Amino acid sequence: MSAPAQAGWEVVIGLEVHAQLRTRSKMFCGCPTAFGAAPNSQTCPVCQGMPGTLPVINRTAIEYAVRTALALDCRVNAGCRFARKHYYYPDMPKNFQISQYEEPLAEEGLLEIDIDGAARPIGIQRLHLEEDVGKLLHEGTLATAQASLVDFNRSGVPLMETVSKPDLRSPEEAAAYLRAFRAVLVYLGVCDGNMEEGSLRCDANVSLRPRGSAGLGTKVEIKNLNSFRNVQRALEYEVQRQAQALEAGERIVQETRLWDADRDVTRPMRSKEYAHDYRYFPEPDLVPLQIDRAWVDAIRRDLPELPRARRRRFVAQHGLPPYDAGVLTQSRALADYFEAAVRAFPQPKLVSNWIMSELLRALPGDDERAIAGAPVTPERLAGLLGLVQDGTISGRIAKDVFERMLRTGQDAPTIVAREGLTQVADEAALAAVVDRVLAQNPRAVADYRGGKTAAAKALVGQVMKATGGKANPGIVNRLLEEKLSRI
Amino acid sequence: MISREDVAHVARLARLALEPDELERMRAQLDGILAYIDQLRAVDVAGVEPTSHAVPLVNVMREDAVVAPFPQEAMLANAPDRVGELFRVPRIIED
Repeated sequence: MSAPAQAGWEVVIGLEVHAQLRTRSKMFCGCPTAFGAAPNSQTCPVCQGMPGTLPVINRTAIEYAVRTALALDCRVNAGCRFARKHYYYPDMPKNFQISQYEEPLAEEGLLEIDIDGAARPIGIQRLHLEEDVGKLLHEGTLATAQASLVDFNRSGVPLMETVSKPDLRSPEEAAAYLRAFRAVLVYLGVCDGNMEEGSLRCDANVSLRPRGSAGLGTKVEIKNLNSFRNVQRALEYEVQRQAQALEAGERIVQETRLWDADRDVTRPMRSKEYAHDYRYFPEPDLVPLQIDRAWVDAIRRDLPELPRARRRRFVAQHGLPPYDAGVLTQSRALADYFEAAVRAFPQPKLVSNWIMSELLRALPGDDERAIAGAPVTPERLAGLLGLVQDGTISGRIAKDVFERMLRTGQDAPTIVAREGLTQVADEAALAAVVDRVLAQNPRAVADYRGGKTAAAKALVGQVMKATGGKANPGIVNRLLEEKLSRI
Repeated sequence: MISREDVAHVARLARLALEPDELERMRAQLDGILAYIDQLRAVDVAGVEPTSHAVPLVNVMREDAVVAPFPQEAMLANAPDRVGELFRVPRIIED
């Protein structure tokens, strides 16, 4: 968006992303973390914050946070500590959230994003762990509700907060950052990245400053950005709002605003400044962590290949265009799918075309579960391409076969045999069809003879139609050329 | 010296309703506590690692294993108000 009101202003955005870690049990107790269970069926006195209970740190949550920190080139602090963050809200009955404050798990990293084909490093300020809170359902809207309902299943699920530096310069960059960040988490296997289920949530800090100035303007925090689209739209709206206010000589008020996706606006939350007076202090029920260097080194050795590295390798090793490599590495499952298919059918660009046009038409490429469980496995895709290569079926028929494979879960040879889709390569049979088509289309023949070579394409189309798409196009082309030149 | 305004602010954060005489009593007591902190400040702690715990213990962790949660009914049993499987809480006023 480049509305005139913004021309003199530079946009400054930082994102805070909260990711639920994919541990089996909660951060400080053994309750399960599965999404979608009956309300309040996955809780215990610890995660409901009852007095006298004691939290115990989940080792795997620490491991996942360290893994993420290393992938983001952060410094993993030798010592870190949990702290109590106090506030009153019914989503947290003990009136404080166990979080980290002065001594976070990791600091000072970076995430590279691609903007107009160029890599741009975005600084990471800090990464810390905390517990998620319960989920509130309001009877009506928050403003009019006479009461609210609480489900504590989510309370205590490990939550990793990663705060970027204010390095993002546009809503597009913010969305690109969130995409890149999500891809890293999913590759690392630490978060399922499901924004609809709330596994990944985003708050943004945005301010404007006069272009060329180095200071920071008054920032506004926007909450409730739960999709890539919302992040971009909310920030576009907010940038415009601030630019108009500044142009009109108004001052920006430091406040928290909520994105209203139904109305496409951000609006102020009705909470005063003291709401941010959290009175942090070290959590007395948890002793400090001193993260062992040997453990960090072991986690580093086990890091998988990350999206950017894999994308570069797809270009270098498989000779793919950067665009293809970008699409194919959007999730680990899709990149794995591609490489498995290429192992079975070593023509990377052809495999890429089929995945991008056919597989991704049916399945979302960023959905790990959908891709990993695709009814057309990489081996079956390779089998289908093999049938095209050896001339058993035409490329056009292959697309129909692919559709049927998706629907039925059967392999290509089974479908081709059952439906009688084998390509017609019998010259005598095809010659008869070609003769019939020429006889039925005197006009196209005349056009062709009059110099309109494009007319030959229409004739090929007629032959393909007459054979239900099963004619071998190479043979049809040759037969047509021969016969047309003899007429 | 801590001011009455500071005490009122902290009381508000802690959701405590203090009468004027209580406010003054709290102010005087907090003043005494802060004076004690000032006394501690006089101790030379150069070269001493800051600590938040009295016990020399670090890295107490558990394995990521699921333990059966409490029965839903047990967890809801003490709720002053509920709707089906959910806790019901009074209207939330963000002022």
